[in-house]
Formats: sequence, structure tokens, C-alpha cells
Amino acid sequence: MSTPLSAPLDLAFDYTRSLGPVLGRFAAGLRERRIEGVRGSDGRVHVPPVEYDPVTAAALTEFVPVSDEGTVLSWSWIPEPLEGQPLATPFAWALVRLDGADTAMLHAVHVDSPAEMRTGMRVRVRWADEPAGHIRDIAYFLPVGADDGPSPAPPPKSEQSGVMVTPIQLHYQHSASPEESRYLRGLAEGKLIGQRCPKCEKVYIPPRGACPTDGVPTVDEVELPDTGIVTTFCIVNVPFLGQRIKPPYVAAYILLDGADIAFLHLVLGCGAADVRMGMRVKANWKPRDECWTSLENISHFEPTGEPDAPYESFAHHL
Amino acid sequence: MRDVAVVGFAQAPNVRSTPGTTNGVEMLVPIFAQVYKQTGLSKSDIGFWCSGSSDYLAGRAFSFISAIDAIGAFPPIHESHVEMDAAWALYEAWLKIRTGEVDTALVYGFGKSSAGQLRRVLALQLDPYTVAPLWPDSVSIAGLQARLGLDAGLWSEKDLAEVAARSRADATRNPHAQFSGASEIADLLDAPYVADPLRAHDIAPVTDGAAVIVLAAAGRAHEFAERPAVITGIEHRVDTPVLGARDLTRSPSTEAAGQAVGTGDVEIAELHAPFTHQELILRTALGLGDDVRVNPSGGALSGNPMFAAGLARIGEAATRILTGQASKVLAHATSGPALQQNLVAVLEA
Repeated sequence: MSTPLSAPLDLAFDYTRSLGPVLGRFAAGLRERRIEGVRGSDGRVHVPPVEYDPVTAAALTEFVPVSDEGTVLSWSWIPEPLEGQPLATPFAWALVRLDGADTAMLHAVHVDSPAEMRTGMRVRVRWADEPAGHIRDIAYFLPVGADDGPSPAPPPKSEQSGVMVTPIQLHYQHSASPEESRYLRGLAEGKLIGQRCPKCEKVYIPPRGACPTDGVPTVDEVELPDTGIVTTFCIVNVPFLGQRIKPPYVAAYILLDGADIAFLHLVLGCGAADVRMGMRVKANWKPRDECWTSLENISHFEPTGEPDAPYESFAHHL
Repeated sequence: MRDVAVVGFAQAPNVRSTPGTTNGVEMLVPIFAQVYKQTGLSKSDIGFWCSGSSDYLAGRAFSFISAIDAIGAFPPIHESHVEMDAAWALYEAWLKIRTGEVDTALVYGFGKSSAGQLRRVLALQLDPYTVAPLWPDSVSIAGLQARLGLDAGLWSEKDLAEVAARSRADATRNPHAQFSGASEIADLLDAPYVADPLRAHDIAPVTDGAAVIVLAAAGRAHEFAERPAVITGIEHRVDTPVLGARDLTRSPSTEAAGQAVGTGDVEIAELHAPFTHQELILRTALGLGDDVRVNPSGGALSGNPMFAAGLARIGEAATRILTGQASKVLAHATSGPALQQNLVAVLEA
């Protein structure tokens, strides 16, 4: 069997979070280049603030301003920074206890080498040039006395939005199963390839890594025709982001002739109100030079005009 | 309430990467077959199924649903999932049997850590407001924890190297291990830092893998195993997620869980420590004396399949009883950053 298909999968989304009264006030302070902690039930000042006391679980409301200078309690060195970290050049991660606080915050310290780091060293905040009401308004920490060039201009007074947005980007190498790869390669050649479970003899398209009834891999290859029936459907009336067809249109489960499992596709080429359970349909393929390893190669299914299949013929495939 | 016993255990080879699907279902089919063979049970005999895995490893939502195909989930099964190490799935299954709802359960954990960049993916389990947006990686966070103990004189770099050397030597007898072999302490200490103060030998390898355990009500366990490993205590606790508010050189949650189950007289302990210094923290938290054999399997330092390694510790410990090598053992599992969440189980013949 040829090598399974594999491709980079890059995910990105803006992680948008409501802040609430405690973290909202902390973030608003950062935007104005000041740091506030919160006093716990035992009198300890937590920085970053916590919403509830870690010991008693009481809601905490007493805010305490703390310094933007502090002491390194521990550190580790990152010789090759990873994407998204505060600095792109080698730096130290540190637990920093700000003056006036009793807990430590995790952040980056900008020095050139681990030889410049030690536990107990004094550091201060280097503020980001463009404040946003976000933890990254603290760009990084610097040793006290270190030169960091011109200071950013003092920020304007601003309204706090109460929302924090963090862009997330993740990178994977996504791998399909051997069965799925056979199916996808078939699509690139304009073929619909299913596979049969060796035990229950059901034909699955797309094929499964394992038959859901028997838990064994599907193996025997079956080429299916591009004709079938609508088993069930819905009429899409709602517009949504990324929609490619103007509503109303029909999304339907199509059971190909000879298959035991239906898959979701579009039924076009007739009025949405004319689509029926049991209606005979045929694939409308895109031109061959637009085909690739994707079910997108079939642009939609359309009615063949043949008589409808009787309900009993697909009752077990709903 | 009735007792629960481990009656079967299997694990996939611990490897740096597999060519299989991102959700790792291929690693499960063969090890399910192994535990069916060990116990004489079949799919239809299992009362409850529970798994541990993470969508963040696979990079897609509800990735564990694909793994359910490996079960053969038709006719419908009684199933659940935790987004934690599968040791916590075992806890859920233990409760189901304990309360009399089912007699048998199959618990599995799996992860293809190699699909993404593991130490970066793990940043997303941190506090999403003040920590995760900085993307601190799991190795750097462990480095902060290790240095706190070095500075406090609780352990030395040599102590850490000794943990690594012992783990690698023990792993030579574990056919599933990813890393094994003899090593000289001096050579280990000559190696460069990967993330000062941590060297490569201090850090568990990135591992793809899976593990499965079969549980049965103690009253029926002898039908499936000659010498079942009865779980005589199991507890889990959690510490605050605020890293800077914890004494990272200790593990109060492990200590509390250990006290709840009672760790006296255990002969062998399988500890889930993905970093060398964490084994020392755990030994102290559990009050394990020098007479307790720690991680004869080689532990997580010789293979750390995410979401399965904690379950595998329970399986490795149980195997010592199933095979007659010990009569009382301890297993520990961790989940979350810097030993935040911990589970301790004691098993007896």
C-alpha cells in the first residue's frame, strides 16, 4: 500500500475572552502602565491578581498597587525561543516577585546570556510601545540599571473594553489513515472508492480506520458509482460566514448505490422544495484539471429524473 | 462498596513518532486485542469505556471520537472521555464499578505528541489570561521548578543525573521503552544544557503511544486474571494553577493524595515524573523510603506518551502483582503543568 497522505495543518484563531472585574481592572492598569495585585484572605498580595482566594475560595476585591520592579525567584534559559514568546532572541524565563507582592509572576527577562542571570537579581518592567490592556503590555523585564533605549511615550487615558484578545497559532503535520488516503487519491482521479469491512461486509465511503461495528480495519476496495439517493436532507435558509451558495439551498445525505453509509453533500439543479427522501441523484463533477484529493471535486448532486427509491430500500441507512 | 481490580494491561511501543493518523487510532486496535486475549473478555463483555486524550495534540475538535471506531462502537456503548491523562479516566471507571453500575471497564489513553510541537502546544493548558499569552513552554516551566530546588539545596545536578541514569538502565528491561541504556553520571553532567538548568537527560522524550487497562469488580476479577491487582486506595488532588503562588519544590496535592491512600509497606512505586527533579519531589511527597523500588519500568523518562503515560504507570505497577513479582505497589499519575494535578493509587494482591 502506498504511503498515507500527510500535510501541514496550520490553525489560527483569536482567543477572545471576557475579563470580569478583577482581571479587567488588572488589564486596564497595564494599559496605563501600572500594576495592581489583589489582597488574599491571609493578607498576601497576589500578582497577577486572582479572582478567588486559593485557600478559602472567597471572592477577592481589595486591590493593591505594586511596583514595576522586583526580584527573580527562579529562572530558566531558552536558547531558541519559540513562536509567540515575548522575545525572538535567546532569553530567560523567570518567576518575578514584584516589590509589594507576595506571589511571583511568570515572564521573560531580556539579557544576552545565562551568565547574566542569577536568582535574587533585580529586574524592572519594559513596557510595550503600544498598550492594549493585555498581559503583553509588559513586553519583558530588564535588569535594573540596564539601558533599554528611549522609553515609550506615556499612554493616553483610555476606556477598558473588558475583553482580551490573544492570537493563537498552532502547526501540525496532519496524517490521514491508509484507508482515507486511498479514498482521497481516488477522488483526484474522479473515482469514488469505498472499502468493505471483512467481517460485516458493509461498504463505507469514506472508508474507516476501523469498522464501527466490528472494530477491525476495512480492507477490500470497492469502486462505487456516482449515482445514489437522498436519504434525508435539510433546507439551509440561514446565511453564515464563509457560505458559498446563496440560501435557500439543500444539504443532503447521499447514499451511493452499493454503499452502506451516506455522506453529506449538496443537492442543486432543482427547487429546494422539490427535494425528497428517496430522490435519485447523480454527481456533478468539476472539470478534471480542477480535481485534487478532495470531495470538492464533486460540486454537487442533481436529480436524475428516475423514479424515487422506495422507503424500505434505505430505511436502514438513515 | 465493592473493590475494583486491574485484570489486564497493554501498551503500544513508545516511539518518537508514528506514521499513523493524527488521532492515533491505529495504536489502539492492537493493544485492545492484547487485553482481550489476556482477560478472555470480548468487546460485548465490557460494561463501560473511558478514555483520556487531548484535541490540542491532534489539532482538531472532538478528535477522540475517531478513536471510538477502534472500539467498534456499534451497537451503542457506554462511553466517556477526559481531557486529561487516562489515569483520570481510570478513576471515573473505578467509580462506575465501585457503585455497582457495571462489572467491567476498559480504560485507554493515547496521544500522537509528534503531530505538533509538544512543548508549545502544552502552553495552552496554562492560565489563559496572564500566562498562556506569553507561550511559556513546558520544558522552560520545569526548568524554573528545577532551579528552585537547586538553589534551595534540595537536590543537585548530580542527583538529577542519577535519576536519569537509573531510569535508562531500568528501561533496558522494558521492551516498550523509547530510551534506554547504560550511562555514566560524569558523561551526563558533561552534556550541554537544553534549557539551563535542565539537560536532555532531565527531560522526558516526546513520545507517541497508547495504553489500555481492563478493570473488573473484585468479586469477578478471578474470572479474568489469576492474580488480580486490587485497587485498595485511589485518590486525586489538585494544586492552584497559579505557578507563582505555589512552592514548586513541593507537591502538596501528591502529599494529600498519598496520605489519603496510605503508602506504607509498598514494595514498588511507579511515579509519573516527566522531569528528573519531579521524581525527587514525588518521592518526598509520598514519603517513600530507600527500600522502595522506584520505576523499574524506566518511568516517563524512558517514554512519555501524553495522556497515556500516567495510565501506563498504573498498568506497570499492576503488572508486578499480576505476574507475582510484588504484593503491594503504588502508582502515581500527573496531569497539567509542573505537577499541578496528581493521582495516587495503591494496589495489592
